[in-house]
Amino acid sequence: MKCCQPDCENEATVHLTEIVNGQMKKIDLCEECAKDKGVTDPQGFALADLLLGLGASSEMESVSGELECPTCGFTQADFKKTGRLGCSTCYTVFAEPLEGMLKQMHKGTQHVGKVPKALRAKLDITKQRDTLTEQLQKAIDLENYEEAARLRDQLKELESVGSAEEAS
Amino acid sequence: MELLDFLTPSSELSANGGPEDHVVLSSRVRLARNISGVPFPGRAKKASREETCESIKPPISKASAMRGGFSAGMGDLKALDKQLLVERHLISREHAAKGGGSALVLNKDETLSVMVNEEDHLRMQALLPGMQIKQVWQKIDRFDTSLEKKLDYAFDASYGYLTACPTNLGTGIRVSAMLHLPGLVLTDQVNQIVQAVTKLGHAVRGLYGEGTEALGHIFQVSNQMTLGESEADIIERIHKVVLQIIEHETNARATLQQGKPKELFNHIGRAYGVLANAHIVSSKESMNQLSLIRLGVKLGMFEDLETSVVDELFLVTQPAHLQQLVGEKLGGEERDVRRADLLRSRLNGMQGPKVSE
Repeated sequence: MKCCQPDCENEATVHLTEIVNGQMKKIDLCEECAKDKGVTDPQGFALADLLLGLGASSEMESVSGELECPTCGFTQADFKKTGRLGCSTCYTVFAEPLEGMLKQMHKGTQHVGKVPKALRAKLDITKQRDTLTEQLQKAIDLENYEEAARLRDQLKELESVGSAEEAS
Repeated sequence: MELLDFLTPSSELSANGGPEDHVVLSSRVRLARNISGVPFPGRAKKASREETCESIKPPISKASAMRGGFSAGMGDLKALDKQLLVERHLISREHAAKGGGSALVLNKDETLSVMVNEEDHLRMQALLPGMQIKQVWQKIDRFDTSLEKKLDYAFDASYGYLTACPTNLGTGIRVSAMLHLPGLVLTDQVNQIVQAVTKLGHAVRGLYGEGTEALGHIFQVSNQMTLGESEADIIERIHKVVLQIIEHETNARATLQQGKPKELFNHIGRAYGVLANAHIVSSKESMNQLSLIRLGVKLGMFEDLETSVVDELFLVTQPAHLQQLVGEKLGGEERDVRRADLLRSRLNGMQGPKVSE
């Protein structure tokens, strides 16, 4: 078996297995790469980091075609080289290849926690709108027109609040 | 103002150890923030970095929390000044390497600092002595909220605060505690603890962060994940982990005292003997020996030596602090001699460790 590090042709002699969230992950390294990654030193070694690194590059490769950010010109190759993104737009451009990587790296892929105050109102309105729209559809499906009318009025009111906030 | 005139004297800085200071040296929270629509510092051209820096700096230094504070461009600070700031954990080593287009803003008592254009446009941190994880979070949270009115943060409804590195995405938070764990090291339990903490999804590092050695038996525990979990939950988890480590360390010290008292006293007695008498001491040796003396002080073995003195010595024996104290630039070998002089002069008059048999 060959060492799993890119550009390494040596025979793998160090085999590591870790189970994360019920998923088994294996890596095979040659002695040199293992030493290089600090695998032989239990204190300085975090298998997770190593796996994240490997996972990240394979994740990014799985998307065909070279993506490029229209705002800052950042490419997938740049990401692979630096492990960083170029600007906030990159997160939209690279959303698909990033998804799997974020899943491995973090607890979830949906932000939970602090939201800037100015955006909070806007996000709340969006969320409320989605809920109301859903309820409205349900009411219509059930032919509960009284309820539907009430929900429609609420939605209208929400839209006017939203546009007033945006204007201010 | 010159940085040296601004910084709090080392003795004053070490005077207050904070809660649980027998194990927890300091608590820290940092937040990563970026400005919407502007390339991250690593991607931006120099002119754009300078422009961003100039526009971000004023709202930060004018914030009420920064009243009476200090701000400077990284290009305007001397190499030694930057090293001082690294030794005080006020900037990262990466930020110290930066020049024009990057800056530092510091509050009056050095508990709040902002690195402008490090890896992200803003890296702000609150730092307090001892176990004050919840307090540092409240402090930085308030400051961040005061800034969000003036700065247009890059934020996404599903990804949260957008950061240059995906590992900081979401909350952009890194909560960490600096822990003094000589008991766990001497009883050979520290690797077990490190592994357990790592399994919980936290990181354990040495004194100066990523990739540094655990000199002086000092370890940094911090969260790894930043997305999909709220700040409050992250704080709570680290808080619990640190409380557990405090318990293990306290137990380890008691085990040593009861089970292997001679071995323990030998370590501490030798450490004192070396530092009170040696004429050449490297910074590595001084950290490791001071660590043992600190353990002795906390175990009540020294009659007139206070923790604050040991903590001050920890700081002033670091290369930049030592050179500042001596008032001249010193090479490595000269430093080792001057460090030994300083340690002898501070420790020699003190009573050595006493053991109640």
